[in-house]
Amino acid sequence: MSSSRFLYALTAILLGSLAMPGMAELTAARQKELVHLVRQDCGSCHGMTLRGGLGPALLPATLADKPAEGLVATIIGGRPGTPMPPWHRFLAEDEAQWIVERLMAGFPE
Amino acid sequence: MQLFFSGLLAVLLSACSGMPLRGTGDLGLVVERASSHVTLVNTSSREAYARIGGLGDLSHASVVYSRDARYAFIFGRDGGLTKVDLLEARIVKRIMQSGNAIGGSISQDGRIVVAQNYTPGGIKAFDAETLELLSEVPAEYAPGSFSKVVGLADVPGNKFAYALFDGGEIWVSDFSDSKRPVTKRYPAGLQPYDGLVTPDGRYYLAGLFGEDGIALLDLWQPEQGSRKILEKYGRGEEKLPVFKMPHLRGWSVAAGRAWLPAIGRHEVLIADAASWKETGRVAVKGQPVFVMASPDGRQVWVNFAFPDNGWVQVIDTLTGKIVQTLQPGKAVLHMEFTPRGEAVWLSARDDNRVVIYDTKTFRNLGSLAADAPSGIFFTSRAARIGF
Repeated sequence: MSSSRFLYALTAILLGSLAMPGMAELTAARQKELVHLVRQDCGSCHGMTLRGGLGPALLPATLADKPAEGLVATIIGGRPGTPMPPWHRFLAEDEAQWIVERLMAGFPE
Repeated sequence: MQLFFSGLLAVLLSACSGMPLRGTGDLGLVVERASSHVTLVNTSSREAYARIGGLGDLSHASVVYSRDARYAFIFGRDGGLTKVDLLEARIVKRIMQSGNAIGGSISQDGRIVVAQNYTPGGIKAFDAETLELLSEVPAEYAPGSFSKVVGLADVPGNKFAYALFDGGEIWVSDFSDSKRPVTKRYPAGLQPYDGLVTPDGRYYLAGLFGEDGIALLDLWQPEQGSRKILEKYGRGEEKLPVFKMPHLRGWSVAAGRAWLPAIGRHEVLIADAASWKETGRVAVKGQPVFVMASPDGRQVWVNFAFPDNGWVQVIDTLTGKIVQTLQPGKAVLHMEFTPRGEAVWLSARDDNRVVIYDTKTFRNLGSLAADAPSGIFFTSRAARIGF
């Protein structure tokens, strides 16, 4: 790979990550609401500390080998055959993505 | 003179214990799920009288009482089991009994406290006095496969009935010999999510998540096996999403009928408590979570899953109609009737308070501050079968 192509690719990746839909647009107030929703309402099955309950644990270690897109799809669409319901009425896709990223990194209190 | 000395002795004794003599029949506690605390309350004065911390992860914590109604056994989500003295307002003993727990129950004779666990799946029996482990029953429904345990209920004969979420079975373990429990297994159906025993201890019901229906076992005639009731109550229609699992423990039998939450339908199902045939339904505001009958059975109070958890509805069991719709606060998680039901206490998690209502007039009688309150448990549970 020539250095100009490398730079081009790098720029594309950086721009791509900046352009992640809505990532920069979640307000602090909305982020707070999402943290509350995950801890309290997702927490009724996954545990308030996210160590699991009727639903599986949502800790960085348990999610590490799972692709983020799949997790976002599960939040938005639910998982048929299990008690996991679809949350699309309450969460936009970029919000689900924000939640998944935070879960994989260690969820805020 | 002798009378004088015995009087003096009584004064000294009560001074030593540092508190006036009192019973516990009007006491209880409120779980503060996010802060590892419980608040001890008095239902006569409608006041908190103490607060105890250091109880670990109390999300989904539940409580049972010793038969003298002095001690609360608190089962935390993190597997913590804590024995609290309501009179001295202190922790007597605390152990970590599993990795992930969902509640517990106490035996008919009051000697055995049993915890139900998700991880490792199964139940564990402890000496109610010392919390020493007596025995355990792993929920190994197939070789190497362990199930999460739900719906644990004490039933007469020092037995406990419970359901296996992953195993799809009802198990009844006999702890007549507390170190060597004997377990019988019955088919339930797909994904039992919780269970209850009728107030007389005769029928065990396991609600099913994976199919429309409820599994029923007659504990007076267990040899007849389990059967399904309210089958196909969904009539093949698509289920609505369930954002929180309903809970069945509570007095859901009233006026000769059982009042049960439907799954994926905004309905309370009514079944005759002798024939177990459906006798009606009540359309309600959302997915019911708790469907609780008042102690006299005249009313059934219903709260709801997210996003309808700001509502509470009251059904008159005589007419089967909703007689009241209330908004007690944000995120109403639990309700508890006073022992004879003149008032009901409700926890409004996101308002950080417990709200008290008069059950006759539906008048708000006041509220208490509590940090993200969830379960409310009064000592009247000590004498009830199934708890």
